[in-house]
Amino acid sequence: MKQRQEFHVDSARYLDEQGRPLDDLPAQANDVERILSAYRNTVLARTFDAKAIALQRTGKCGTYPSVLGHEVIGTAIGQSLAPSDVFVPYYRDQAAHILRGVALCDMLLYWGGDERGSAWQNCPQDLPIAVPIATQCCHAVGVASAMKIRGEDRAVVCCVGDGGTSKGDFLESINLAGAWHLPVVFVVINNQWAISTPRNLQSGAETLAQKAISAGLPGHIVDGNDYFASIEAMDTALERARGGKGATIIEAVTYRLGDHTTADDATRYRTAEALKKAWEADGIKRLQSYLHHSGLWAADKEQALQAECKAAVDSAVAEYLATEPEPHTAMVDYLFESLPASLQEQRERIVRKSATGADGSAL
Amino acid sequence: MSRADVREVTLVEAVNMALAWEMAQDESVIVLGEDVATNGGVFRATVGLRERFGYKRVMDTPLAENLIAGTAIGMATQGLKPVAEFQFMGFIYAGMEQIISHAARMRNRTRGRLHCQIVYRAPFGGGIHAPEHHSESTEALFAHIPGLRVVVPSSPQRAYGLLLAAIRNPDPVLFLEPKRIYRAVTQSVVNNGESLPLDTCYTLREGDDVTLVTWGACVMETLQAADTLAQQGVLAEVIDVATVSPLDRETLLCSVAKTGRAVIVHEACRNGGVGAEIAASIAEGAFLDLQAPVVRVTGYDTIMPYYRNEQAYLPQVQDIVEAVEQVIAL
Repeated sequence: MKQRQEFHVDSARYLDEQGRPLDDLPAQANDVERILSAYRNTVLARTFDAKAIALQRTGKCGTYPSVLGHEVIGTAIGQSLAPSDVFVPYYRDQAAHILRGVALCDMLLYWGGDERGSAWQNCPQDLPIAVPIATQCCHAVGVASAMKIRGEDRAVVCCVGDGGTSKGDFLESINLAGAWHLPVVFVVINNQWAISTPRNLQSGAETLAQKAISAGLPGHIVDGNDYFASIEAMDTALERARGGKGATIIEAVTYRLGDHTTADDATRYRTAEALKKAWEADGIKRLQSYLHHSGLWAADKEQALQAECKAAVDSAVAEYLATEPEPHTAMVDYLFESLPASLQEQRERIVRKSATGADGSAL
Repeated sequence: MSRADVREVTLVEAVNMALAWEMAQDESVIVLGEDVATNGGVFRATVGLRERFGYKRVMDTPLAENLIAGTAIGMATQGLKPVAEFQFMGFIYAGMEQIISHAARMRNRTRGRLHCQIVYRAPFGGGIHAPEHHSESTEALFAHIPGLRVVVPSSPQRAYGLLLAAIRNPDPVLFLEPKRIYRAVTQSVVNNGESLPLDTCYTLREGDDVTLVTWGACVMETLQAADTLAQQGVLAEVIDVATVSPLDRETLLCSVAKTGRAVIVHEACRNGGVGAEIAASIAEGAFLDLQAPVVRVTGYDTIMPYYRNEQAYLPQVQDIVEAVEQVIAL
């Protein structure tokens, strides 16, 4: 039997769980300001997350998916994207959204049940969060196709969870990305759980990155809790995409430290021991330790950062809670560019009901 | 206008003409789908476009309808105007999640920040001896979806004008092409880029005695039925719905107010069909004008039979005539 082809999947990790370098760090480690900025973003994302959960628990926010444990890979994604690139998120990308310029208040609005939470001003081309799984992968290759058709040197980053790699949308999209040589980076956020289904029941493949091979793409594994591994992989893949060299799949191995959403109870399917072990590999703690070891961080700086993040989140929460609901007519006003005649009568009915409080709203 | 600007074309040739016109005028218009480029589409609706506009604007996709629907969405968010072809409506179901959950919701979801200017084209309906899954008329599935237009041409002229309108429309349009009449007739079409209005019914024939409401290929049988009825002294008003959703209720109600009777004709199954929506609209909006119950002439509530039995399934001229005789008798 003649061997036709041979494949390999590499993996990268630079810091141990105490934040000490395991090897020579990549060139990205020389950019101290960027590293400090990354750390600030991870802390802000975690602070925001805790507050969003608290809001949900007190009835002031809808069902919310925690980003706990994903902050480092999300931050690397956000930092590696250029403003002109397009981000195609899934629903647990808060850390990346912050760096894309999405206001914290907008994130609260979205999960608080207000569509204006996706009317982002600072990243007008980024795709909105949408709840269906992996469908955004098809949008990402469409965006990348448009860039390629126009000969632009921009690129797309598309996030999908480990569960999402089981969907046809993911497989069809990576197939097209390979066939059409598209400027897109797929980041599989492998947090070990698709709600309660563990990674080993999701796929028989040893790695999720190796799905790239079937599409003719390079696939890499990075420790998604390791800032240096994550940012190096993202920078490299995006440079490759922008340079016309095609798509990449990055499997970022991390762990969902919280429940799937506030409507979930992970203790039903996850052991306390597994969670404790996962916390020991937490990316924020690891990056903070690295900064301390490197003489770039101190307790007073940490205290100031925590206060700064709390103030930013408190301000966003105040803005969110003070935001008046949209007029009820908004539910039909954005369906089409202009209102079809058949909807005009329904719009008038909404106005009448609003005026009398008959729609359940308090007058 | 030169003589060359007026062409005697079939419905499918009119589709091709409209695509070529708009691609020449607007470089953001692109065509994608299975076999649309080199092969020009299985019905030849896109023939010649690749030669004229190149592979970057006429793209053969992998065989994956979900991907076609979703890729078009991504393209549209970048300002392209994709016209995506499903080879047959029977294959569209794999793409429904993308059309329903994303294309139809993007503008609403982002409060107008992004929108999906997409035309999804699909040949639909029976009558051409096609294999299974090639002959269904499932427009009602899509007419139920907020944010999505469902448009059905019934002649070369309307195919040309409505497709131009669909491509220029800033929101997603499902453009269903009745393949039974792809080549049934030719008609003079002025190739001048003039579109026809969406969201409106077209009155094809005026009459005072009964309103016949239909769309797509059934327009043929309905007009023939109107001819037969005219010989019996019954003057039928024939309305081509054209935009199945959102529905132009005003035209329908005005007609029923005049005639007092309505027969709805469609080849889709009766249960939950668009005809039910039209009948309910007439009941709500013109009940006191009615002199007889609204009657539907439709396909049966069964799976579209294979082609040996498809004529038994499809509404025939005589079915329409008998339905009219029934409502006139009351």
